Amino acid sequence: MKLKTALALGAGFGALCTYADAFSAEVYSGYTLLRQETKDMQDDDFMNPGMGALARGAAMFTTPNAKGVSCASCHGADGKKLSAKRIAQYPVLDAKSKRPITLQQRVINESSERLGISTLKYESDDALSLEAFVRNIARGQEVNVQTDGAMTPFYEAGKKLYETRSGQLNMACSLCHDNHPGEKLRAQVLSQGQTNGFPLYRLATGKLTGTQTRFNQCFDAFRAKPYPFGSEEYTLLELYANAHGNGLKIETPAVRF
Amino acid sequence: MSKVLLGVMCACLPLFAAAADSIPGTPAPKVDQPEAYQPWKAVAYAIQEPLGGLKGNAANGRKIAIDRSKGNCLACHVMPIQEEEFHGELGPALGKIGKKYNEGKLRMRIVNIQEVLADSLMPPFYMKPDKLNRVVEKYQGRTVLTAQEVEDVVAYLTTLK
Repeated sequence: MKLKTALALGAGFGALCTYADAFSAEVYSGYTLLRQETKDMQDDDFMNPGMGALARGAAMFTTPNAKGVSCASCHGADGKKLSAKRIAQYPVLDAKSKRPITLQQRVINESSERLGISTLKYESDDALSLEAFVRNIARGQEVNVQTDGAMTPFYEAGKKLYETRSGQLNMACSLCHDNHPGEKLRAQVLSQGQTNGFPLYRLATGKLTGTQTRFNQCFDAFRAKPYPFGSEEYTLLELYANAHGNGLKIETPAVRF
Repeated sequence: MSKVLLGVMCACLPLFAAAADSIPGTPAPKVDQPEAYQPWKAVAYAIQEPLGGLKGNAANGRKIAIDRSKGNCLACHVMPIQEEEFHGELGPALGKIGKKYNEGKLRMRIVNIQEVLADSLMPPFYMKPDKLNRVVEKYQGRTVLTAQEVEDVVAYLTTLK
């Protein structure tokens, strides 16, 4: 009888520990799930296939418009006058609109308002290259998205979208990335859905890929209507996804499957 | 005046051309219509009656389990299907699932597992389409599997013992 009680107590304690582990799981970058050869590819700037787009972004950054002005005129040729800490806080609350704005939207707005370049389309190769160049300046900085104060309602709305089922397969981001990270979906290991490496190079598509394009790819997989790039919904979803990885180091341009 | 008339006739030409494409009396091009949704009744987390009274074909069910655009069971489950590599591990292995659950319980889990496990990430293969959210146009009004395909998969799973 005593033995049985001890066993039951032990089993109960064990179950409790597993339960606690599941909910105190720390955030980790998708990098930790990569094969060594993919890690090596990301870590070596000469091998990293995302670097081509970065060079394109760097060229855009320094190319002057008709009036001889470029991004570099204010931010320095290598963008070093930009604050890496600030870059790591995106999406931030926009001072004018009082709403969250993504880094790519900021880059697009600045190009349009200050340089008169209105041809940058959200998630286009050009916009992504420029965003990647800027975010790369903050490589190694910890993601630090505001979730409190005036940001709270937007963060909560983003969380709700993250947890809302949609599509014919009736899936939600959280069902895979919160409940099953590290487990195998066919040959692919599910990640926590962290965004600290975006824009990143996807080996599966052979392209520099933005956060919102990645959202589309998941929505496609579960046969759901994606939201438009730069929409309110995707901004909120990106806000939540980025904040979800607060504390992770920025890896742009990361390499992922 | 006749010039104006000619102009009007010319403007109407494309219209005539378009009208000629669909000659009255010929059937409209066949559109793949979704089949009618078969109602089902669950008792104690089991659906005892086959959908639409259909009989399942186990061999076909096995094919559907492999097909990535249909059941795609291998995405998340290890199954006794040796010719396919890389079985997923998100869900339980199904090698002996026919021993664990009877036919009615299996049918319930294929039709909509979320009626049994609310937080399950397994897709509902025969959920009423109007209860779904933001389905892409191509799949609107459709279930993932047809009633016959559900029965085929159920027939296959009952053989896994």
